[in-house]
Amino acid sequence: MSEEKQGKLDLNRHDMPKQSPEMRRHNFNEVALGYTQELAVAEAKRCLQCKKPKCRTGCPVEIDIPDFISYIVKGDFRSGIKKLKEKNCLPAVCGRVCPQESQCESQCILKNKGAEVAIGRLERFLADWEAAQGEVDVPPKAARTGKKVAVVGSGPAGITVAGDLILLGHDVTIFEALHKAGGVLTYGIPEFRLPKAIVAREVEYVKKLGVRVITDYVVGKTRSIDELLKEFDAVFIGTGAGLPWFMNIPGENLNGVYSANEYLTRMNLMQGYRFPMSSTPIRKHAKVAVVGGGNVAMDSARTALRMGADEVRIIYRRSHAELPARAEESENAEEEGVIFNMLTLPVQYIGDENGWLREIECLKMELGEPDASGRPRPVEMPNSNFRLEMDAVVCAIGNSPNPLVPSTTPGLETTRRGTLVADAETGKTTRDRVWAGGDIVTGAATVILAMGAGRKAARSIHEFLTTGKQ
Amino acid sequence: MNRVIERTMIVPNMHLLTLEAPEIARKIQPGQFVIVRANDEGERIPLSVADWDIEKGTITIIFMEVGASTGALAGLAAGDSVATCVGPLGNATTIGRFGTVMCVGGCYGIGSIYPVARELWYAGNEIIMVLEARSSYLIYWADRFVHRAAKIFTITRDGSLGMKGHITRLTDVIHSLPKPPDRIIVNGCTYLMAHASEVTKNLGIPTIVNLNPIMIDGTGMCGVCRVTVGGTTKFACVDGPEFDGHEVDWKEFLARRKQYTNEETSYFRHSDPKPIIHREGKCHS
Repeated sequence: MSEEKQGKLDLNRHDMPKQSPEMRRHNFNEVALGYTQELAVAEAKRCLQCKKPKCRTGCPVEIDIPDFISYIVKGDFRSGIKKLKEKNCLPAVCGRVCPQESQCESQCILKNKGAEVAIGRLERFLADWEAAQGEVDVPPKAARTGKKVAVVGSGPAGITVAGDLILLGHDVTIFEALHKAGGVLTYGIPEFRLPKAIVAREVEYVKKLGVRVITDYVVGKTRSIDELLKEFDAVFIGTGAGLPWFMNIPGENLNGVYSANEYLTRMNLMQGYRFPMSSTPIRKHAKVAVVGGGNVAMDSARTALRMGADEVRIIYRRSHAELPARAEESENAEEEGVIFNMLTLPVQYIGDENGWLREIECLKMELGEPDASGRPRPVEMPNSNFRLEMDAVVCAIGNSPNPLVPSTTPGLETTRRGTLVADAETGKTTRDRVWAGGDIVTGAATVILAMGAGRKAARSIHEFLTTGKQ
Repeated sequence: MNRVIERTMIVPNMHLLTLEAPEIARKIQPGQFVIVRANDEGERIPLSVADWDIEKGTITIIFMEVGASTGALAGLAAGDSVATCVGPLGNATTIGRFGTVMCVGGCYGIGSIYPVARELWYAGNEIIMVLEARSSYLIYWADRFVHRAAKIFTITRDGSLGMKGHITRLTDVIHSLPKPPDRIIVNGCTYLMAHASEVTKNLGIPTIVNLNPIMIDGTGMCGVCRVTVGGTTKFACVDGPEFDGHEVDWKEFLARRKQYTNEETSYFRHSDPKPIIHREGKCHS
């Protein structure tokens, strides 16, 4: 390490170019534009190449972060992406949607100086660089073992399991219920945050490795897990958290009240914003309220803006500091003109004579003592009711695991929350030859955690397929 | 992709569509549905299944052309294919030995009630059929019920066949029987199911309806199909589609069904080039 570097810390964290708020709130194109080569190299040079890199411990899949960054410094992007892909098969996705600020970047030694290395942006840069080169390198595959694995669900967990096992020589088939693969990456996360072309590219990549992807196939309905076990040696369940929660308040079934899943699926999977060129309609509402404070809430609010809404509000029962969304996402939303109604709780929806939403009645909240989650409990302020005139509400308060597979698979144990019981280290469920991972096990979480679970399960499935040990 | 084996207009505006879907044919039971997408730009629409053939590996759907998406399906011919046909979805009809079961079908429901009646007949029930339509020429498949139904009633609004009037004439049908049926199952449009339920509620006869709300995924993910039954919200796709007709909040259900009527029919109202080509020679523009 040079003396110059030790002596003079570069605390200039490079911003990533973005579309301006005025411009981007009128289009569905990606908001962040990515580093240029110059910016990437400059940012990479700020990495101190610590002997004991703490950033790695913050990464759920233990990417060798300083190593891949060192290749960027040298301008050897091909080796950089290779290094990155050793641990992460979806870098273009993770570089965009991982909460780096609470993972790798939160551990960076430069964080103390308020200038942590922009690891996520560098990851994204390498993945995009590789895609721009055209042909993506396909790693060598092990000799075929003749063993067959069924993967249920084509989200981040499923894609990871499939990608790992195919390289180990097993025969892998993914079953996807919807007509397009990608799971939440396809139906949930909007184009302006994760372009669908990138998801399609990742799916194409596993197909290129030899994975069979069967869409329009609902495991639990078209075929049960038990039937799959007759044809396949092992089954991985990665069906995600796809059952939307509602608040059970009066008026929730009025027209104009959507689950975030419905709203985002109409937009992303079904391309509703292109209606009537695409055939799935989505209503253009003038005033839209989004209930919830997570990334899905921000995605919904920003989608509503882009659909031409005049007024979009986030209604959240705690305060700004407790918003579960990534800081970057809530900042983007605010810049674009989303109004934040913090410490507010909807208590009923009021409709017109035709069953369409007209008003929301809310209560003011204040913060009390911390609850089980460690966050201050929101407490209702008596007689603080007020009404907001709204045409639409998007309910983005979370999802439970989809019960379709558990309810049709005898012996597959679930927890009280409806998640599957699975070993934290191996993903092994309570059924022989059946593994699980991702949101179906953890409840709604992140892309990278689902990938991490997929990787562990793949290791365990491989061990079983080669040694017979479960 | 599922190949189209047959697509015929069986009565005006009502189409029969037979698709190659061997895995669905093997699994499907009465009361279940599939989600179909005509083409790559197509909307996902839930459709009840009216028949299937395990050996040929086919399923048959009866649907009415009401908007853009069903219009696209109506334009299909044998040898074409649909982009998506996924299922079987929803829960099957509860089949048991109830005694006398009255099966009421109207519109596409004359088709979808057929396998329900067949299965209930196999289970040893006496079957009484009630077919409802605006006019005699809109009744189809009546011959299919002849062997299994102890009695077939017809109600037409213009009186051209059977009783004249609306589905509320169901009261007269029931009163004409030596004793009221033990159970009634209704398949068809929302008005038919809502009004039939109202009639049978007054008579105190258990009534099952097969709901047909808007859906996207059909697996519990989007929640657009929610319906209030007995005061609680249910998802028709995973909790239904069959519910106790006396417990359904029909006013809400009807309003929710109409959410996109404007968008659905907008394509009939403008004269821009349409992505769908009709082969029946009808003109909607």
